[in-house]
Amino acid sequence: MEKPYIIKQISIFSENRPGRLAAIAGALRDAEINIFAFSIAEANGFGVVRALVDRPEDAHRRLTDLGFRVSFTEVIGIRMRDEPGGLSEIASVLGDLGVNIEYAYAYSGRDGAILIVRVDRIEDAIRQILDRGGELLKTPSSR
Amino acid sequence: MGCWNQKIEEMPVDELRQVRYRLAKSLITHAYEVSEFYRRRMREQGVRPDDIRSLEDIGKLPFMYKDDLRDTYPDGLFCVPKDDLARYHVSSGTTGKPTVVGYTEKDIENWSESLARAFSSLGLGRGDVLQVSYGYGLFTGGLGVHYGAERVGATVLPTSVGNTERQIELMQDLHTTAIACTPSYLLHMGEVAEKMGVSIKDDTDLRIGILGAEPWSEQMRNRIEGWLGIRAYDIYGTSELSGPMFTECSEQQGIHIWSDLVLVEIVDPATGEVLPPGERGEMVITVLQKEAFPMIRYRIGDITIMDEAPCSCGRTHPRIHRIQGRVDDMLIIRGINVFPSQVEHALLEIPEVGRHFQIIVDRKGALDTMLVRVEVSEEAFSDKITDLMMIRKMVEHRLRGSLNVGVGVELVEPGSLPRFEGKSKKVVDRRSL
Repeated sequence: MEKPYIIKQISIFSENRPGRLAAIAGALRDAEINIFAFSIAEANGFGVVRALVDRPEDAHRRLTDLGFRVSFTEVIGIRMRDEPGGLSEIASVLGDLGVNIEYAYAYSGRDGAILIVRVDRIEDAIRQILDRGGELLKTPSSR
Repeated sequence: MGCWNQKIEEMPVDELRQVRYRLAKSLITHAYEVSEFYRRRMREQGVRPDDIRSLEDIGKLPFMYKDDLRDTYPDGLFCVPKDDLARYHVSSGTTGKPTVVGYTEKDIENWSESLARAFSSLGLGRGDVLQVSYGYGLFTGGLGVHYGAERVGATVLPTSVGNTERQIELMQDLHTTAIACTPSYLLHMGEVAEKMGVSIKDDTDLRIGILGAEPWSEQMRNRIEGWLGIRAYDIYGTSELSGPMFTECSEQQGIHIWSDLVLVEIVDPATGEVLPPGERGEMVITVLQKEAFPMIRYRIGDITIMDEAPCSCGRTHPRIHRIQGRVDDMLIIRGINVFPSQVEHALLEIPEVGRHFQIIVDRKGALDTMLVRVEVSEEAFSDKITDLMMIRKMVEHRLRGSLNVGVGVELVEPGSLPRFEGKSKKVVDRRSL
C-alpha cells in the first residue's frame, strides 16, 4: 500500500559554475518534460540538482545521454495546509513519529502546498503518516 | 623457477658487488682510453679512472643525457672499428633526431643472455612456443625477445605487430604458450578473439604474457591474468640500454636487473644526488661489458624504486619496481617530487571516482597548491551532499597518503576531463615562477 506514495526524484550532479542549471533545464525543455518542483543543494565547488518531473525515466535517460551523472532517489510529498502553521503541523507530526529528514524542499502549486522529504525507512514513514491522517502525494503515473 | 646461469644469478651479494665494481672500473678505463667523448667529459668533471676506487666512486663521474646521443649522431660514441659492429638499432626519435645504438657480436650475446636468464626465471623454455608480437626491425623489442627465447630453447613464432585475427588463428593452430607484446595490445587481442568466438582462456594454450614497452599497472595485470587465464610478467628494456632487457621472475615482485650487465643508480631527478635503496627516483644506467659503445651514468628518464634485498626466488640481483613515470612529467610541489602517474595509480584503486583526472598546480602566496579534479563514478553518486563530501575527503586522504603532499580534490561532472594521454592537458601549471 505504500508504493504509490513513493515518488521518484531525479538527482543530477552539477559543477558549481555558471550555465550548468541552464544546461539541465534546457535538456528537459527539449524533451518536453515538465518540472513540478526542484531544489539545488550546494557544497564547495559542486552541487546536486533535485527535481520532480512528469516523466522521470525519460528525464534520467535524456540527461544521462548528455553526459550528466543522474540517479533516482525515493522521496515522499506531504500535503500541507497553505496557510500559517501548515509546515509546523507537518513537521511536528514527523518529529513525533521519530522520522528523520535527510533533506526537504517545498512548493506551492495546483495541488496545494507540498513538502518533499527524503527520509530514512521510507515505507515506515509513509505508513505512519497515513495512520496519523496525513495526506501524501501519489506518483504522477498513478494519478 | 630454475636459473639459467646459477653461479651469477645467485652469487652472494658482496661477491656480486665486487664483480660489478671490477666490470665498471674496466669499462670506465677503457672508455677513457679510446673515446674522445668520455675523455673530454671526465676531464671537464676533473675525474680520472684512477679516482674510481669503489662502487660508490662511480657517483663522481659525469652524467650522460639523451642530447649526448643526439649530438653525436650517428656514430660519435662508438668505441670499436665499424667492421666489428654486428648490428645497428635506431630509436624512433619522436622527440627530435633519432639515436643510433650499435652492437658487437659479444653485445648481442649479452643481450640474449640477459633474456635467457629472465625467461628461465619466469618458467619459459624448451617446450614453449613464444609468439613475438613486438615490432621487428629498428625497434629493439622484437629481435631482443626473439634471440633470448631461441637461447632458452623455446620455439619462436615471429608474428611482429598487426593483423590481429591472423595472430589469434596462429595462436590456436601452433599452440602458442607465451606471448610478448604490449599490455594494451594483449587486451585488444582478447577483445578481437571474443568477437571471433575464441576465448583465450579456454580455447588456447596461452599461459604466459611478457608485457611492456608502455606503462601499465597492477590493476591491468589483475585484469589480464583473470580474464585471459595467464600469468603476466613485466619486461623492461629501452633502446638506450643498447642490449640487456629484464623481466620479473615467477614471484612477480619486481624486475630483476642483472647487475653484472647493467649497473643501476637511483638519483633525485632535480639534484642528481644518489638516493638510498627504497627511494623513488630516476634510473641512471651504466651498461657493463658493453663493447660497441659504453653507456656510463646515462640519465634514462624512467622513474622507479630499487630494492636491493635478494628475491624470494633466490636470485641476489637488485630489482626495480614497475616504471612509475618519466622525469619529463615530474612536478615539484612544495619541494616534493610528484608524478602524474602516481595520481593515476592511486585513483585506479578508488572505485568511487573514475580513472580520469586533471591536476591544477597553482601558487597562493609562497605556497604551491595542487588540486586534483576527478569524476564521481555512477555507482558512487549519491544525491546527499554529505556522501559526496565524504568521497572528496576520502580521495584527498588517499592521494595525500601516496604522494606525501597535501592535495585538494574537486569533484567534476563526468566527461569534463581530458580523455587522451599527454601532459599538456592532464597537468595545468599556473605558477608563474
